[in-house]
Amino acid sequence: MPLRNLLKDSAFAALVALILAIPLVGFNPIEGGKVEMRLNWVIIAVVAVFIGRIAIGLVPRRSRAVRAAPRFAPMTSRHIQWLGWMGLVAAVIWPLLPFSSRYLVDLATTVLIYIMLGWGLNIVVGLAGLLNLGYVAFYAVGAYAFAISAQYFDLSFWEALPIAGALATFVGVLLALPVLRLRGDYLAIVTLGFGEIIRIILLNWVSVTGGPNGINNIPRPTFFGLPLAASAPGGGTTFAKFFGIPFNPGQRIIFLYFVILALAMATNFLTVRLRRLPVGRAWEALREDEIASRALGINPTNVKLSAFAIGALLAGFAGAFFATRQGFISPESFTFQESATVLAIVVLGGMGSQLGVVLAAIILVTLPEFGREFAQFRMLVFGASMVGIMIWRPRGIFSNRTPSIQLGAPPA
Amino acid sequence: MRFGGLLAVDGLSFAANKGDITAIIGPNGAGKTTVFNCLTGFYRPSSGTLAFDRGGKTLALERMEGWRITRDAGVARTFQNIRLFTGMTVLENLIVAQHNKLMRASVYSLAGLLGLKRYRDAEGAAVETARYWLDRVGLVDHANRLAGTLPYGAQRRLEIARAMCTDPLLLCLDEPAAGLNPRESAELNELLLAIRERHKVGILLIEHDMNVVMGISDRIVVLDYGKKIAEGTPGEIRSNQAVIKAYLGEPDA
Repeated sequence: MPLRNLLKDSAFAALVALILAIPLVGFNPIEGGKVEMRLNWVIIAVVAVFIGRIAIGLVPRRSRAVRAAPRFAPMTSRHIQWLGWMGLVAAVIWPLLPFSSRYLVDLATTVLIYIMLGWGLNIVVGLAGLLNLGYVAFYAVGAYAFAISAQYFDLSFWEALPIAGALATFVGVLLALPVLRLRGDYLAIVTLGFGEIIRIILLNWVSVTGGPNGINNIPRPTFFGLPLAASAPGGGTTFAKFFGIPFNPGQRIIFLYFVILALAMATNFLTVRLRRLPVGRAWEALREDEIASRALGINPTNVKLSAFAIGALLAGFAGAFFATRQGFISPESFTFQESATVLAIVVLGGMGSQLGVVLAAIILVTLPEFGREFAQFRMLVFGASMVGIMIWRPRGIFSNRTPSIQLGAPPA
Repeated sequence: MRFGGLLAVDGLSFAANKGDITAIIGPNGAGKTTVFNCLTGFYRPSSGTLAFDRGGKTLALERMEGWRITRDAGVARTFQNIRLFTGMTVLENLIVAQHNKLMRASVYSLAGLLGLKRYRDAEGAAVETARYWLDRVGLVDHANRLAGTLPYGAQRRLEIARAMCTDPLLLCLDEPAAGLNPRESAELNELLLAIRERHKVGILLIEHDMNVVMGISDRIVVLDYGKKIAEGTPGEIRSNQAVIKAYLGEPDA
């Protein structure tokens, strides 16, 4: 870039910095409701931006073509499979590692919930290409289905799990039937509204859902009927007594961790399998070109419906697990923020990529945890990392797609 | 077919005989693609009928949904601007085209999820069908490539192969020779003739390339401003005054 243009550009950047810096760093509220102007801070910020912009401009630019080339050899599907197995082994031994603590296992449980939600949404958004901004609605339906059936019908977690899944699927189909003729942005808006509708129903249907107070005392899952508690209700046998080990509250945390690990792995297995079936290929074909799919005799409504229903089913399972893990749910846990986080996981991970979802979920869930000490910068780091990924890997962390079938390769 | 005040196709009537190659020609904007879109369910004609004979039963295409026309009537089509699944491999494109057959074999995906033999066999057969068509259009070596990375001519051939994988009775091709060089369009002629001879599939063809049209058509229908102005064998059309007028205009008096 010639020096003249560079100076012009830097001056412009400095101007933008000035406009932003005055309210952001310039105003300093002091005692007595007054605001002090910190001009020196503003000047530092503007000068820093100006010099920084020139410095960036002076660094010789590599040509675009070179930059676009991958910096390391592209991962083959075999590498990804290997990484996946390594990840699974790591996940299984995670609670048994010497440094693992109650906090770390609990954090990993949260990560796994988001991985499961991410995988579920990945079917809808990544494979079928239907932008769903109200995914949390199905999660909420699953959670409340379990909480309500436990409260009113005294069902245990394992008995209620299929009910939660079925109800979430039903709600998914109910929503999908009228809206699937919409595409892209319009579908996104309707699903966004739907997510809010469910939350507001939960908030206002006080007689059933408890309204803003939520539902308390949701039963914990049992290990084949053995409760993981200090004492069993009615003097029954507890998990610890049955195996003759001393009771430890950490056992329940670890048990919950393995339950969600199993649920998530089942989700993964289902998705990977479905992708290689005609229905999975039809999802991808529909994402690629709906008109061409119709011309090949594919019924677009059925195909979209199946994607929506399976996505809802998985969210329903995850919701039931969430309820049993927390022991308490209220509509506050099911805001748009959750939908946005799950969608961010799918997009960051790379649409349609299973391993990408795992990595993105780990990043997005643990990042705020790391930032606890400097809480005020959390959102800044979060936003910066999002922007960074969008610049360097605009198609997600793992953007390469494994073909669902190959000529000459043995059928998987 | 009427779009608001525009009458795009006006009282057109013609027959495409079983196992024949019928070409529809006409100047730009004559309504050829509109006829195709009515036939394959993308438009619903404002009036009139499209009768399709399948195994002695007459199906009314104008009342069927687009995807049913392909599945139940056996009418497959290609598009003027190629519509492949560019992010999927060549082979996947052809397997997707056999969706309905495979879906039946997978019994609502259950047999497929469990990996039953019944489904595995069906998938193997689908791959064999795909391999056969890849061989016919000379793309076997590119089976695992992304369809979007193929050269233009190969994409055209792949789209025809994909349409044939739906196992149609009638193949509708919208300008299959557009953008092909002379050697490629000669290969296209051979392919289309082979489809007619060996697979007994009728072809309905929109085309501007007269080498293709005159070389392989059994019958030609000429449209101009939505009306049929001529119909006949290539020889008859070549000497038809109305056709010459539509294409070249009237000589100055």
